[in-house]
Amino acid sequence: MALVPVALLLTAGFAAVFAQERSQLDDASLIYGAYFFAVCLATHFFLRVRLPDADPYLFPLVALLMAFGLVMVYRIDADLARDQANWFVLGLVLFALTIQFLRDYDVLERYRYTIAGTGLLLLLAPRLPGIGQQVNGAYLGVKIGPLAFQPAEFSKICLVVFLASYLREHREVLIVGARRVLGVTLPPLKHFGPMLVVWGASMFMLVFIRDLGSSLMFFAAFLALLYVATGRFSFVAIGMAMFLLGAWFFAATVPHVHDRVEIWLDPYAHPQASGYQILQSIFAQADGGLFGKGFGQALITIPGTNSALLPAAQTDTIYSLIVNEVGLFGACAVILTYLLIAARGFKIALLADDGFSKLLATGLTAVFAIQAFVIIGGVTRVIPLTGVTLPFVSYGGSSIVANFVLLALLLLISDRARRESGAAGRGSGILLEGAG
Amino acid sequence: MNRQITKLFGLVVVLFAVLIGFTSYWSVFDAEALKEKTANKRPLLEQQQIRRGRILAADGTVIARSVAKGRGDALRYVRRYPEGSLYGHPIGYSFVEEGDSEFERFHNDELVGNDSEFTSILDELRGRRQEGNDIVTNLDPAAQATALADLEAAGFGAVVAIEPQSGRIRVLASNPPYDPNRVPYELSKLNTSEIERPLVDRATQGQYPPGSTFKVVTAAAGLESGAITPDTPIDAPGSLEVEGTPLENDFGEDFFGATLDTALTNSVNTWFGQLGQQLGNDTLFEYMERFGFNSTPAIDLPADEVSKSGVYNEEEELLGAEDPVDLARLAIGQERLVVTPLQMAEVAAAVANGGKLMKPQIWSRVIDPDGRVTKRLDPAEYSQPISAETAAELTTAMEGVVSEGTGTNAEIPGVAVAGKTGTAETPGNEACGGGEEENQAWFIGFAPADDPKIAIAATVECTEEFGNDVAAPIFRDVAETILNGE
Repeated sequence: MALVPVALLLTAGFAAVFAQERSQLDDASLIYGAYFFAVCLATHFFLRVRLPDADPYLFPLVALLMAFGLVMVYRIDADLARDQANWFVLGLVLFALTIQFLRDYDVLERYRYTIAGTGLLLLLAPRLPGIGQQVNGAYLGVKIGPLAFQPAEFSKICLVVFLASYLREHREVLIVGARRVLGVTLPPLKHFGPMLVVWGASMFMLVFIRDLGSSLMFFAAFLALLYVATGRFSFVAIGMAMFLLGAWFFAATVPHVHDRVEIWLDPYAHPQASGYQILQSIFAQADGGLFGKGFGQALITIPGTNSALLPAAQTDTIYSLIVNEVGLFGACAVILTYLLIAARGFKIALLADDGFSKLLATGLTAVFAIQAFVIIGGVTRVIPLTGVTLPFVSYGGSSIVANFVLLALLLLISDRARRESGAAGRGSGILLEGAG
Repeated sequence: MNRQITKLFGLVVVLFAVLIGFTSYWSVFDAEALKEKTANKRPLLEQQQIRRGRILAADGTVIARSVAKGRGDALRYVRRYPEGSLYGHPIGYSFVEEGDSEFERFHNDELVGNDSEFTSILDELRGRRQEGNDIVTNLDPAAQATALADLEAAGFGAVVAIEPQSGRIRVLASNPPYDPNRVPYELSKLNTSEIERPLVDRATQGQYPPGSTFKVVTAAAGLESGAITPDTPIDAPGSLEVEGTPLENDFGEDFFGATLDTALTNSVNTWFGQLGQQLGNDTLFEYMERFGFNSTPAIDLPADEVSKSGVYNEEEELLGAEDPVDLARLAIGQERLVVTPLQMAEVAAAVANGGKLMKPQIWSRVIDPDGRVTKRLDPAEYSQPISAETAAELTTAMEGVVSEGTGTNAEIPGVAVAGKTGTAETPGNEACGGGEEENQAWFIGFAPADDPKIAIAATVECTEEFGNDVAAPIFRDVAETILNGE
């Protein structure tokens, strides 16, 4: 039964792949396509066997994004697409391993401080001498021998696991111990300490890693979890105020952060230098219009040269390229796909009946949705542009592998929740409904 | 917790809606404004990927074409002008970095194939690459070459030749010329050479005093308004005090009781000065405007690359009938009157065409990439400044100028020529380097006088010669070339 939407969505994804590739490389594209389809099908059967009760829509939705992302990356550079396909396979291997060996994901709760420590260490790694790498003024990458990756992608999962676990245990005391001071409900300081550590970590990322995007993403996920766990909007307001205060302070003192904000506010100040990327991102969207120019029709480099017309088209600004080539409608479809994934994720959280599963599903879904928001918001000038990837679409191994692990965790929670709640989720519509 | 989760999902929906809102704003609502930003090179770069149509002379000679450079994504087209400087004016140029000008700019939509939104969507669905249309012009290569060669021998200036019945522009030459192929390499040099200013199309932007050629307009106004007939005598003394300064005829010659023929043949200043005063501001300006003065020329060139002819004050503002002017001097083409060669060619063309002025047009037809003619010039009337009768009377007078008057050098053996010379004195003209003996020499006219095939204005700036010496021979050569080519 669940195969029907899978097949439909995959076919849609492949139609796009073929439409693009046919004009350039006939045999190879068919082989690629068949290969991709086979891998997806195998994963799907694996899922049906291992997690028969898991949400049937999540993987097809992700496969759709993957297929679409592959087409876009292939359209930019065939070599990059091959790398991307390899990352895709590696991601699926990790996905399968996670599902195979982490069926009892409660074990994560036991190691929560280890996981939190690992997460912080991962964050710190890009600043470590010898392995750290600086990209565009931000310390995002780590390179150990031939292996280069962006640790923030993995660290976000560690953080969510820790928060979910910690909040599951302390949410009662956070609520009960709260007291009102001057009309504002304040959380009890004793139990809030570890939360402050998270705030500190976010600020730390701003200053030392200079990664505004990840910082925003982490902190938003933290606030989302805090809100869901305690139901106290005032906690969120306090957290937000603290973040804004910190961000304002660092925006004024740390040049890298300050520049990002300045560019965001007035990109036309230096259209050929600092404002180039965001302006070209917006010009590319203007060029797309309602229906876009069609696959492979948009300009990425200045013809006859190697200079970029749309800088970082395969990573940061891939969304702008999507708008350019498939227009506002295509872009809406992409955003809708993310929204459906978010809907399924929150649905899993609703169905889960233990606190840890609920919070974990909420946190993972929130961090995923926020990541999409941060980068799409960045290239559309809703917020300052930062170097976060568009999950499953942007080129980049760390992002794909980490997000597949995230997906695996969601499906594990889903499988248990739906098994325990019987047929509760079966036959339900794809959108979130009032299960709460 | 479920209530909070649902609310959180609501927030995500709102956030994503904001994303869709911003995307819509950039990609649709603000798209046009963004495309016009100077920082946005996309529209130009994309145009560069379209094979721009060719521009052809009337006989099919290729004036401009696009050649492909690179392949695949790097494919782009660059403009080439095989005829070099011959058609620098009025065709102009079109390059990504340097922009475009003149005919290339005016006809850009046709040349890049921006026919209509509908056809382009259809083409896109059919997977067709946008391609430009060819445009065939009315330009006559032999006559254009003659005009430019004569000008280069005579001095800076311009020649405009119009087919009177249709308004087709057969020649539009400006000296000094420039080679559009050089524009990508030396645009700034071409722009900054102060006196030569080769990028200025003198035929449409040159603002020259018309001298006595303007007497044709004054005479037309006199006849058509009924102020005079061809037989009305006016006493024209050798010198006449006007606004405190004497207005003089050549050699101070008296022409008592002269009629139009005598006055035009001998270009009698005091005769036309008095006629102008008699006509008054309203009438003289009315007829000027009927001939196209004070308006942007209706030619197919960008409005900011053509000049209006008329009387300008020190602030470079055009004066009208309500402004105080020295009518006697305006009537003989002095005062602060400046004209373009195009305007004077239009005056000649209107007289040649029985008083009907046709819209001057360079283009003749548009040919789509499949070879079909999609648009063809439909000659349109601009105005009818004078009646056929007045035109015939003027023609007779103008024939006298060439056969026995001041314009004998315009004579073509076996062909009746009607015309008028002009020599405006421009001493101390800075554009000429400030010499004292500088004239603006003119000849306007048409041939054959009884069955006009071509109307021409020729002018040479900064010359010590008179209209009959330098401008009339250019008229003759160009007219002969066109008549022989018929």
